[in-house]
Amino acid sequence: MNATTDLDVREGVDRETVEAVQNMGSYKYGWDTEIEMDYAPKGLNEDIVRLISAKNNEPEWMTEWRLEAYRRWLTMTEPKWAMLNYPVIDYQDQYYYARPKSMAVKPKSLDEVDPKLLATYEKLGIPLKEQLILAGVETTEDGRADGRRVAVDAVFDSVSVGTTFKDELAKAGVIFCSISEAIREHPELVKKYLGSVVPQSDNYFATLNSAVFSDGSFVYIPKGVRCPMELSTYFRINAENTGQFERTLIIADKGSHVSYLEGCTAPKRDTHQLHAAVVEIVVLEDAEVKYSTVQNWYPGDEEGRGGIYNFVTKRADCREARAKVMWTQVETGSAITWKYPSCILRGDESQGEFYSIAIANNMQQADTGTKMIHLGRNTRSRIVSKGISAGRAQNTYRGLVTMHPRATNSRNYTQCDSLLIGDQCGAHTVPYIEVKNTSSRVEHEATTSKVDDDQLFYCRSRGMDEEEAVALVVNGFCREVLQALPMEFAMEAQALVAISLEGSVG
Amino acid sequence: MLKIDNLHVKLESEDKQILKGLSLEVPAGQVHAIMGPNGSGKSTLSYVLSGRDGYEVTEGSATLNGESLLDMEPEERAAAGLFLAFQYPVEIPGVGNMTFLRTAVNAQRKARGQEELSSGDFLKLVRAKAADLHISPDMLKRPVNVGFSGGEKKRNEILQMAMLEPRMCIMDETDSGLDVDAMRLVSDGVNALRSPDRSFLVITHYQRLLNHIQPDVVHIMANGRILKTGGPELALQVEEEGYGDLLAEAG
Repeated sequence: MNATTDLDVREGVDRETVEAVQNMGSYKYGWDTEIEMDYAPKGLNEDIVRLISAKNNEPEWMTEWRLEAYRRWLTMTEPKWAMLNYPVIDYQDQYYYARPKSMAVKPKSLDEVDPKLLATYEKLGIPLKEQLILAGVETTEDGRADGRRVAVDAVFDSVSVGTTFKDELAKAGVIFCSISEAIREHPELVKKYLGSVVPQSDNYFATLNSAVFSDGSFVYIPKGVRCPMELSTYFRINAENTGQFERTLIIADKGSHVSYLEGCTAPKRDTHQLHAAVVEIVVLEDAEVKYSTVQNWYPGDEEGRGGIYNFVTKRADCREARAKVMWTQVETGSAITWKYPSCILRGDESQGEFYSIAIANNMQQADTGTKMIHLGRNTRSRIVSKGISAGRAQNTYRGLVTMHPRATNSRNYTQCDSLLIGDQCGAHTVPYIEVKNTSSRVEHEATTSKVDDDQLFYCRSRGMDEEEAVALVVNGFCREVLQALPMEFAMEAQALVAISLEGSVG
Repeated sequence: MLKIDNLHVKLESEDKQILKGLSLEVPAGQVHAIMGPNGSGKSTLSYVLSGRDGYEVTEGSATLNGESLLDMEPEERAAAGLFLAFQYPVEIPGVGNMTFLRTAVNAQRKARGQEELSSGDFLKLVRAKAADLHISPDMLKRPVNVGFSGGEKKRNEILQMAMLEPRMCIMDETDSGLDVDAMRLVSDGVNALRSPDRSFLVITHYQRLLNHIQPDVVHIMANGRILKTGGPELALQVEEEGYGDLLAEAG
């Protein structure tokens, strides 16, 4: 890509932002889909766990695995160390399984999926029809299509609605399907890797997820394969009072490469909804995984009514030498965000990167960051975190960098910047650093600044209105992270940054 | 074009009157210079006209083509055709200069009900104008004013002016911190923009700039109002004699 086209992209992106600010309401995904649902009875007990397992036609070993987690969960207590304030969650006052009735008999192909569901995703801008994505896509000389082709696994409440491009991916040997399908069709892989990065007993929310996860995505990239397109999962919570517990497992075998995108939205509701997901990534020798998230769950209203409680455990294990993982997240939604995508750098010379934008506006609270666990020699990690607080929001970066005795000659660089808009919000930085050898180096830089009135006036004197000006300045602040996103996501993210901050000035 | 009548302005934060009955009229197509000693209120005038926070207008009016400027938001003034070249251009980290320019150009076009420029048209335009001002492609890509030298910042202001095509340009000490060559580049840029339907208000300490940008009218400002108005010879007089005699003359 030469400089000119690069520039064009950036220009286009900004125009999108500006239009987004002007044309959109504050949360444009707040509508719901009226569709008949099957619910499991409210509350949680062993029968519910068995029922979820049965609904997914799971083998006995999986049911046992879930029950083991459930029994473990009963002995655990909710963690309270995060800088988050929320009322006690009544875990018995939730539905743990909700499925559109039309999905009772699993459709064999997308053609058989309930049109209402397809329409939901279309309205969200997520194309589930392959021909739609294929149309208008130019193919380069070597026959590879450009970056616009993305395979999608769509998860609606508790079930996967459908996965696109499965056949084409299968030709490359890539397995991309819902986790429930993987449990049935690829038990050897699931047995080997499920819980190997985030064990059933890992933490309160991960353990709960292990017991009740309903669906999610499964990816296996075989040895030496570069995944021919980007993979993505789109999560939609629709049903009321229903928790969403999805589980994603990605395995990148030796020398393989994959870029994976995750997007999330939910309708506007006055009540809080629980979301506790687990993402596990296994990266083997010389493999590389890039995982990008745009999290736009409903954040609640100005007074903090409604919104998703987002308790997520994401972890990648660079299990062998020279494995590489890169987390990029744009967190704009949810009333509560509790999330620390982490890297275990076990293989020698393995690398972990974490790029994050966390925006908290109105009454939102975010406690998010990463863990870089250096176990192997010559391992490298890099953390770039941009936290933006507006309204009465509280935004905490919490990160752990640890260099184990064996992790000689390893390096970490952390940059942690906070931006405040207005005078009623808060930004907090809580870095934990442990170095247990003498040859490793850890660097940490942190800044906190306010959106500068001079910058805003300068922009406005050139004709931008106040919200455009804020969006421009904030996007500038986030630039390093936005650049780490795949292009399509970068555009969405940039628009989202603008929308999330609507009403934060003036 | 620009008409300021009996303008009184105080600081919002303290009870300090800065402008005390300033009146001034710049007809279309003319270049007016304002000269005056430090603290006479020149920069305040430019900020009040462009709508910066922190000032309170207690009396008087300012209109651009008959429209009252003082009731408008800064961006509305910009869309109405007002442009301020800042004395100290502001840095915006992470925002490419080109992105900034394009966002500004399109914001104004939108406000005026015009169609936005396509990337292709915009690029062509900005490259041509940048070349005239000896602004390198690299400078267009760098974040707005970040790490720019004094001369680069001022040339960048003139580039913005050239792209936005305002009708009324206010230049606040654009010559400060410029060497001879940079001054010539900036002046050439401004002179190229002179036209019968565009006016300039050039605020400066020194006559030097006015050798390059020939004014039609020169105003001497002190203590918040205009003391004396005359032709270009007035600037020469100030350069030779200083402000002392003029101030004494006005009492």
